[in-house]
Amino acid sequence: MTSTQAVAAPPAPRRNESSASWRLTDRLGLAFAWFLGVLFCVITAAIVLYLFVEGIRYLRPSLLVTNPSAGYSESQTGGFFDPLIDTVVIAAMSMAVAVPVGIAIAVWLSEFGRPAPLARVVESTIEMLAGTPSILLALFGTLLFEAPWLGFLSRTSGTVVFGRSFFAAAAMLSLLALPLVVSSVREGLQAIPSHVREASYAVGKTKAATTRRVLLPAARPSVLTGSMLGLGRVIGDTAIVVLLLGNTLTNDPSGSVPILSALRGTGSTLTSYVYYNAPTGDGDQPGKAYAAAFVLLLMVLALNVGVDLIGRRGRDLRWNS
Amino acid sequence: MEFLTPPPVRRLTGARPEIVRPADSNGNGNGNGNGNGHRAPTFVGGRARVAPATIAIDRMQVEELSVDYGRKRAVSEVSLPIRQGEVLALIGPSGCGKTTLLRSLNRLTELTKTASSQGRITLDDVDIATIEPTALRRRVTMVFQQPNPFPMSVFDNVAYVLREQASRRPKKRALHGAVEEALARAGLLDEVRADLDHPALRLSGGQQQRLCIARALAANPEVLLLDEPCSALDPRSTQVIEDLIVKLREDVAVVIVTHNLQQAFRVADYVAFMYLGEMVEYASASQLFSAPREQRTKDYVSGAFG
Repeated sequence: MTSTQAVAAPPAPRRNESSASWRLTDRLGLAFAWFLGVLFCVITAAIVLYLFVEGIRYLRPSLLVTNPSAGYSESQTGGFFDPLIDTVVIAAMSMAVAVPVGIAIAVWLSEFGRPAPLARVVESTIEMLAGTPSILLALFGTLLFEAPWLGFLSRTSGTVVFGRSFFAAAAMLSLLALPLVVSSVREGLQAIPSHVREASYAVGKTKAATTRRVLLPAARPSVLTGSMLGLGRVIGDTAIVVLLLGNTLTNDPSGSVPILSALRGTGSTLTSYVYYNAPTGDGDQPGKAYAAAFVLLLMVLALNVGVDLIGRRGRDLRWNS
Repeated sequence: MEFLTPPPVRRLTGARPEIVRPADSNGNGNGNGNGNGHRAPTFVGGRARVAPATIAIDRMQVEELSVDYGRKRAVSEVSLPIRQGEVLALIGPSGCGKTTLLRSLNRLTELTKTASSQGRITLDDVDIATIEPTALRRRVTMVFQQPNPFPMSVFDNVAYVLREQASRRPKKRALHGAVEEALARAGLLDEVRADLDHPALRLSGGQQQRLCIARALAANPEVLLLDEPCSALDPRSTQVIEDLIVKLREDVAVVIVTHNLQQAFRVADYVAFMYLGEMVEYASASQLFSAPREQRTKDYVSGAFG
C-alpha cells in the first residue's frame, strides 16, 4: 500500500550471474533440472496435442446430443449425451456436499481446533483421505450402500439393495474432493494476519461473527480455488463412477418420483464412458473414446484456467502482516 | 537523540495555541533546544499544543496489574489512571510490556492461551473482569499497528460495528447517518463520501488507518486504544492522525502506545515510561520529557538506549 517510487534513474542493466563460474557438479545439476523441466512440458504438450488431434478428428456435434446405444460400429453406438449430463450432475452433487462440509472442517481446524488432540486426529484423517486411492473408497461405497437401511438411495428388489446410484457415487466422490477443499480453505484462513481477527474482536464482535463476516469473505479466493481443485478431481475420477454409478449405457431411473428416480438410478459419466469405449474396454469404440476424452480434457482445462484467474484476482487486496 | 530537523509543529485550526516550553528555555518557539546545561532532549525546545482539556474524567483505573505469558512476566504491578480529556502515551523499548498493558485494557490478552493476569482494572468503577468481553470491547475499542480494514466496502466496515454481531441489519439506509458521523469524527468523510461502496482495501494506507479509527469510534467507546497507529504510515498521514487524536480526547479517553518519542511528545498529556514490564515513571508529558525524575527515563528519552 506504500507508494514509494524510485526517483533516481535505474542503473544500467546488468546481466545475471553467469553459471560459467560455477562448480562442474552445480552446472550439471542445473542442466539436469533444465532437461527435466523441458521434458515434462514436452510430455504434457504431447498428451494434450494428441488428444486434441484425435478428439477433433472424431468429435461430431451430433455426439453431444445423442445417447449411447449398443452396437458394433461407429454409426450404431451413438453419442454421449447422457454421460455428459451425468458428469455435470454428479459433479454438482458431490460439490454440494464437499464444499460446505470442507469449509466447516477448515474453519473448525483453523479457528477453533479444540480439544487439540481431536484437531490432530481430524487433521491426519483428512490427510489420509487425501492419499486414499479412489478404488478403495469405491469398494467401501459398494459395501456401505448395499446396506438395507440405505436402500432408499438406490434400486431395490425385495430385500436386495442394488447399492449403485447417483447418490452413492456422489457421496464417495465428495470424499475425494473434501481434502482439497479443506486444505485450501484452511491455508486461506491461516494466511489472514491475526491482527485482522483481533480488530474484529476489538470492536466487540464474537468469534462466530468474525468468522462469518470477516474471515470467510477474506478467504473467498481460497474457497473457490479449493472447490475448483476438488471439482477437477471429481470430474476426472473413474473408479468410483464405474463401481458405484452402475456404468450403464444410458440413464436407468428407479422409481416414479421425477427427479429422485433418476438420482436413485444408474448412469455413466465421461470418464466411465471413455473407460468403456477404450480399445481395451467392453465397448471398444476408440473414436468415441477419443471424442469423449477430448470433451473431458476441455472441461478440466477450463477449470484450471478458472483456478488461475481466481487466484490472480484475490491477490492485490491484502493486508500487511 | 539529536534530530537533524526540528519535529513538526502542530497547528490546529481554531485551537488556541499554547506555547509550552521547558522552564529554562529562552523563548525561541521553534528552537532546537538549548545548550545551557539542560538535560532534556533537543526536541523539547518548542511545541505548540492546544490547551489542555478543560475537563478530565477518570475512566479507567489500572491497579497493581501483572500479566504473565507462561512463566515470562510481561507487565509487573502497574498502576495508573486513564482519563477522558487527556491522551496517555505508553513509551518504552521493544518488549517492555506496553502493548500487553494496552491489550489488557480490553481483555484482548485473553486471546493468548498462555496469558494470565493479576490485579484489577476498572472501567467507570466496575471491574472489567466482570464485564462480558464483547460488551467491554465495544466500550474500549482498539486500533492496530497495521491498517486492517475488513474485506468489505468502506460503508460496511463501519456499519459492521454498528450492527448486531453477524447480522446484516439494520439496513443501509437506517445506518447512513451513524456511519457518516463516525467517518466524520475520524476526518475521513470528505475523502470517501463518493466511494462509500468501494472496497476499503483500495484506500491508501493513511486512509485505511483512519477508517480503522472511524470503525473503533463507531461503537461510541469510552476509551480508545491505539497500538502504534502511525508506525506503518508516511509522515503526512501521521500528522493527520496525530491531529485527530488530540481532537478526540475531549470525547474519549485515548491511550496510545508508541515507539516514537516525538510522537508521544506531540500528542500526549501524560506519558508512562515502561521498561522490562515495570512502569518506571508516569508523569505529565512536559515533565517527563523536560525533567524526568528517574535516571532510566532520562537515559531513554535522551536516546541512551531503546
